[in-house]
Amino acid sequence: MARLCSLSQAVEENLRDGDSVALEGFTHLIPYAAGHEIIRQGRKELFLIRMTPDIIYDQLIGAGAARGMKFSWGGNPGVGSLHRFRDAVENQWPRPLEIEEHSHAAMANAYEAGAANLPFATLRGYIGADLPKVNANIRDVTCPFTGEVLAAVPSIRPDVSIIHAQRADRQGNVLIEGIIGVQKEAILAAKRSVVTVEEIVDELSPPSSNSVVLPSWAISCVVHVPGGAFPSYAHGYYKRSNSFYIAWDKIARERDSFQAWIRQNVMNGSPEDFLRHIGKAA
Amino acid sequence: MSSEFTPTEMMTIAASRALTNDDVCFVGIGAPSAACNVARLTHAPDITLIYESGTIGTRPDVLPLSIGDGELCDTAQFTVSVPEMFRYWLQGGRITTGFLGGAQIDRFANLNTTVVGEYDHPKVRLPGGGGAPEIASNCGQIFITMALTNRGFVDHLDFITSMGHGEGGDHRARLGMKTKGPSRVITDLCILEPDPVTKELTVVSIHQGVSRKQIQDNCGWPIKFATDLIETPAPTDTELLVLRDINARTKKAHEAA
Repeated sequence: MARLCSLSQAVEENLRDGDSVALEGFTHLIPYAAGHEIIRQGRKELFLIRMTPDIIYDQLIGAGAARGMKFSWGGNPGVGSLHRFRDAVENQWPRPLEIEEHSHAAMANAYEAGAANLPFATLRGYIGADLPKVNANIRDVTCPFTGEVLAAVPSIRPDVSIIHAQRADRQGNVLIEGIIGVQKEAILAAKRSVVTVEEIVDELSPPSSNSVVLPSWAISCVVHVPGGAFPSYAHGYYKRSNSFYIAWDKIARERDSFQAWIRQNVMNGSPEDFLRHIGKAA
Repeated sequence: MSSEFTPTEMMTIAASRALTNDDVCFVGIGAPSAACNVARLTHAPDITLIYESGTIGTRPDVLPLSIGDGELCDTAQFTVSVPEMFRYWLQGGRITTGFLGGAQIDRFANLNTTVVGEYDHPKVRLPGGGGAPEIASNCGQIFITMALTNRGFVDHLDFITSMGHGEGGDHRARLGMKTKGPSRVITDLCILEPDPVTKELTVVSIHQGVSRKQIQDNCGWPIKFATDLIETPAPTDTELLVLRDINARTKKAHEAA
């Protein structure tokens, strides 16, 4: 059964230095508040996993929390580069970052294989592309029935997966709606998991019998963090702050302005700040 | 047609014309997204637009900044998970057309969005491939839109993020691919198509007021021109109006949020 607790407790209990951790979210429902808590608690040597590492991974990398990252698209969507990620790869600042790079299709398949308790995923992928030349974890497998050679990648089994969702009931069952990305797979593939939610309700009331519900018994901790996905968004609650994504480009471009932002907004911040971000008084 | 228009407007409108009402189109973010939505709002009202975040049959009122803006989900016919998107819909062979942009392209329409320089010691680390490697191989055909510049149209790619026609000729078929690959590249100065045999990109249509020299000066390899070269029809009033409207709505929405 999931335990309902505070964000600091959830991160402290579930995430250790050196862990592999996936904070998933495909543009929507990105667990920013949890990412900030990880930086505040000073976690080190993390191996980050995410299909679309965006600003929150730029922050984790720039803060020196990560030794490596497995990913398939590392940019600020519609804006440009992730400057802290680039500085780590191009100049090893604040420390070298080992990268394991895939395509979206391979990452999505690898999460699904992880959730299915399989050792690897197979796909018709990477044909004629250069990534297999630089990533030893992209290999071939021959179909035993047709002889077709397919791409194979190891399944993703994070030590910890963290996602943000719309709501949970008091037993810790979680409902997730809208662009659901790979969040269900990420939770089911992980050894331990934390879900932050916009709202805790008496009745979950899924709108359809096919709604995506993650049962309490498949989650380690559920945390109430309203606004916790800002500047990403929560379908039905608040919109994506595209203006913040645009503003981040300037903040992250220089090391000094980045560090000042982290000090002010993360080290001296708290999960309660996120309520203010979505226009509600704390 | 007397209205003034910019090269970028010409590019987006020429790109939108490549699409038909029957297309099921996997839409890349940025320039492709603008072109696909102009097509939907002009000559292809029933086109099915799909974004890799899982939104299928989406009809956004403003262009998304990211591939997963709420607008895409709010206006979609339905939304699926990302594994379902890539497994059933893309790999399943349901997509007729993929519309991509890129940082760099070579004469065989291979794309690089990964690194400039060596992979392990890059001069510039770009965002990476995202969905492109499998979009390029699994969609029926690929359209590409990007501005024609020396930095973008290069003689040699440092990294092939997604394969176009590889080394040219029948390279795709030799690798077992049954899809057509890139069939048109729409730039701000001209339209290119692969030669039917060599697959080398060849200028087939030049936008109004653009010279051959201008095209060659902005391309990193000695570019070929088709013998039956035509002039790209200028944007119509309707096309320009639709494009400017959606750009204005988009700017307002992104600044407000």
